Amino acid sequence: MRSSGVVGALAGAVACLAVAGTAMAEPESKDPIKLTLHDWSGQLITTNIMAEVLKKGGYNVELVQADYLAQFTGLKTGDVHVAMEMWETTGREAMDEAIATGTVENFGETGMEAVEEWWYPAYVKEKCPGLPNWEALNDCADVFATAETAPKGRYLGAPVTWGGFDDERVEALGLNYEVVHAGTDAALFAELQSAYDRKAPILLWVYAPHWAQIKFEGEWIEFPTYTPECYSDPAWGSNPDMAYDCGKPRGPIWKVGWAGVKDKWPGAYNAIKAFNISNDEMAAMIAAVDLDGAALDAVVADWMSENEERWSAWLE
Amino acid sequence: MTIAGRRLTPWAAFWLAAAIASFFLAAHGASMTAAIDAGWAMQYPAAWRWPLNAQISAAMKWLVEEVHFHFFTFTEMTRGLAWLLKQPYDFIRSLLVGGFVRGLGRDAVQLLPSLSWLAVVFIVAAMGYYARSWRLALLVAGCFLYLAVFGKWNSAMVTLSSILIAVPLGVVGGLLLGIAGYRWRTFDRVLTPALDLMQTVPIFAYLVPILFLFGFGPVSALIATVIYAMPPMVRVTTLALRAVPSEIRDFAVMVGCSRRQMTWKVLVPAATPSLMVGVNQVIMLSLNMVIIASMIGAGGLGFEVLSSLRRLDIGAGLEAGIAIVVLAIALDRLSQAFAQRSGYRHSESSNYLTRHPWLVTTALVVLGTGLAGLFVPALQDYPASATVTTAPFWSDLVRSINIAFFDQFEAAKVFMLVNILMPVKRFMLALPWPWLVLLATIAGWQLGGWRLATLCLGLSVFIAVNGLWELAMVTIYLCGISVAIAAMIGIPLGILATENAHAQRIVGAVIDTLQTLPSFVYLIPVVMLFRVGDFAAMIAVILYALAPAVRYTAHGIRNIDPQLIEAGIVSGCTRRQLLWRIKMPLAMPEIMLGINQTIMLALSMLVITALVGTRDLGQEVYIALTKADVGRGLVAGAAIAFIAIIADRLISAGAARTRQRLGLA
Repeated sequence: MRSSGVVGALAGAVACLAVAGTAMAEPESKDPIKLTLHDWSGQLITTNIMAEVLKKGGYNVELVQADYLAQFTGLKTGDVHVAMEMWETTGREAMDEAIATGTVENFGETGMEAVEEWWYPAYVKEKCPGLPNWEALNDCADVFATAETAPKGRYLGAPVTWGGFDDERVEALGLNYEVVHAGTDAALFAELQSAYDRKAPILLWVYAPHWAQIKFEGEWIEFPTYTPECYSDPAWGSNPDMAYDCGKPRGPIWKVGWAGVKDKWPGAYNAIKAFNISNDEMAAMIAAVDLDGAALDAVVADWMSENEERWSAWLE
Repeated sequence: MTIAGRRLTPWAAFWLAAAIASFFLAAHGASMTAAIDAGWAMQYPAAWRWPLNAQISAAMKWLVEEVHFHFFTFTEMTRGLAWLLKQPYDFIRSLLVGGFVRGLGRDAVQLLPSLSWLAVVFIVAAMGYYARSWRLALLVAGCFLYLAVFGKWNSAMVTLSSILIAVPLGVVGGLLLGIAGYRWRTFDRVLTPALDLMQTVPIFAYLVPILFLFGFGPVSALIATVIYAMPPMVRVTTLALRAVPSEIRDFAVMVGCSRRQMTWKVLVPAATPSLMVGVNQVIMLSLNMVIIASMIGAGGLGFEVLSSLRRLDIGAGLEAGIAIVVLAIALDRLSQAFAQRSGYRHSESSNYLTRHPWLVTTALVVLGTGLAGLFVPALQDYPASATVTTAPFWSDLVRSINIAFFDQFEAAKVFMLVNILMPVKRFMLALPWPWLVLLATIAGWQLGGWRLATLCLGLSVFIAVNGLWELAMVTIYLCGISVAIAAMIGIPLGILATENAHAQRIVGAVIDTLQTLPSFVYLIPVVMLFRVGDFAAMIAVILYALAPAVRYTAHGIRNIDPQLIEAGIVSGCTRRQLLWRIKMPLAMPEIMLGINQTIMLALSMLVITALVGTRDLGQEVYIALTKADVGRGLVAGAAIAFIAIIADRLISAGAARTRQRLGLA
């Protein structure tokens, strides 16, 4: 491992020289590689880092704003080329469908792991000491209840389009809760912010990496650990007649793109496949942008200068 | 206003009976239908569904993948069109932001910088002065300075570039279609329903097909914008040309105009003032689309709004939203001033410089600031260090309101939910669908004869056979309550606006802002104060749909023949009697049209409220969008459009009858 690091560093230095000098490797195609931008900071950071790395490799890059799921239309036709964050937890279905057409390809993991689960702010624990164990939820239904849901507790779920099987989970685990779906990410966290300011109880879907994790103190509910059998086999788990009697899967965040990238820009293709970043690194950058108000470009530039060795190796 | 004093007309008796029957059916319909084994009347059986979804999706696939016109495929044709549109867009965008560049990426060489912010401000101010006065010049320059000072310049210029392409396209396209509709009756007959659909099918429903055909990016956003913004121009054109006085037409015939001369030299110029109303609508509607356009790659201010709110940076979202409003104000006032500018003022001077003082000065400023900008960057790009923001103030404001008043809001909300929203929703969902189809058909027959009856029958059955009945009922419930409340607030406001000029100005400014401010900006604070759910959605719908109720009421009252009011005063009416006995009844047809427009806006807002988790047709369209399901989106979109069309036709027919009864027609 050590030696490969040294080699990487050397290669990085060479790559840098090449960037500085004129004898830089020509990209296979001068056409711009189009990366999609969505509307959350983590994804903007990931995409901008990739774009900067590709630029260092001599590629022309264009950043295009696109909706998270609607972008597959563009990826299939090659109108846009790379999406840097496709979450196992929310994008799997669309991604599988697109890959099945043969026009979209999975470029591997980003190195970040997506976590999605029921979550509550730390101050709720006073009112409901049994948490984070899921079996305490039914005792606390009145804590989380609102006028519309009473006597049931209220759980604010993700937009319907994100899936997540929460309605099924409530039924399978016999939870005395009503699932209310937020329409968007923004609405979801608007409610959290509002409740947090008032120190009011709230139980909702939170995902990581996200700034809410950093800004608000709280915990995930501990459901029985997810296994694939739990979702596919009703016999599994505490409820013998229903699937989904467990927590949500955790999974990688994928990179996906147009299948033609491999042939058109082989070097870039390899760099994108090699891209790798950890949850902690990402969390720190998201916090810098969303909570401390740092400029996104500056945060990305800092990362680039601190990690030259790493990204140079991707470009080989 | 009591019924006791009057005899019931047969129709009134019928509707009273129908209402009683509805309550009975809502309470016992389920058990009755179960007893006679007619469960299909309560819930439309899945097995009877028309597989229109899948058929449309298949047709789309065939269009994109198979259709071939000998030399090129259908997709190649649409992509070619997209390329054509992209050229002027790229040019304007480079001109306003980014500059002209040759080559790409590292090899890029900047040929020309973009217009400096000073130059743009000067140009719009010069246009303002040229078109009207110093006051307008100051207003417009102030609007653009806001963009610079609040750090929204680059985003605003990106948005402005798409507007500068979309508006001329919408205006010219609308003008040509309108002229065609004026010339050929048959064309008009095809055009009218098409326009209805363009205006009422939610944009989300046709975004996916547009993305398939025209590719991802600003051009698709442009096309969606034009589709959405063009219909008023077409309608206004046809109406304006028909309204040209026949004397003018006769005169043109007498002097021997050809048909082409007649259209372009006589009719269009004579109708220009009315046509400008259409232009104004195109500008406003194009700016309404900014947020949605940014979801498919247009970027600009819409993207700033979305990403700010995603960070829950309410203040930044508001500032970006106001930037859109400010842009709308500037463009609207400029276009109006140009329209009202009377004739050409030819200068006698033969010298080019003195004949075109404005053109020359502007050119000098553009060149001067461009050159100076090479040396002093602050003249080229507004310095980031000099921008200001009020964002923290707004976030703190919402936060303190939230902490101080949440309980009061909550109490009001719970009262509304328990006593109004929930019972109405339950009632709507408990009614058997054939019963409602029957009532809609009878209403059509009463107000507009068998034609309207057939229309109502056909459209409502379409909703049922596509399995969308339940979602449609939730839609009608949410819109119905919102419209009722909007009318209760809007009509008094409209009356207030006619009472004195001061109130008129304030009310006008508020409703104009509410209409151009992207609804997403206030949706998130509403969620913070009222939680996700139908109530938050209802408030957002009311805020957005309020404007026409106010405007049409004010318009209706102002247009009452002053002699009638005079007569009322002379015969000793109190103010109260004057309002209730004279003004309100006479303004009623206009007020009804205002309510009609309120319904249209409320329906168009549903797609946005889907973002706070309503479970209606809007959500269905939104889900279809995220799943790129062409058929599902278009069918649900058509269902929304059909509800709108039924409401529109019934109310228009009702308003026409009322007008006739009052002898106003």
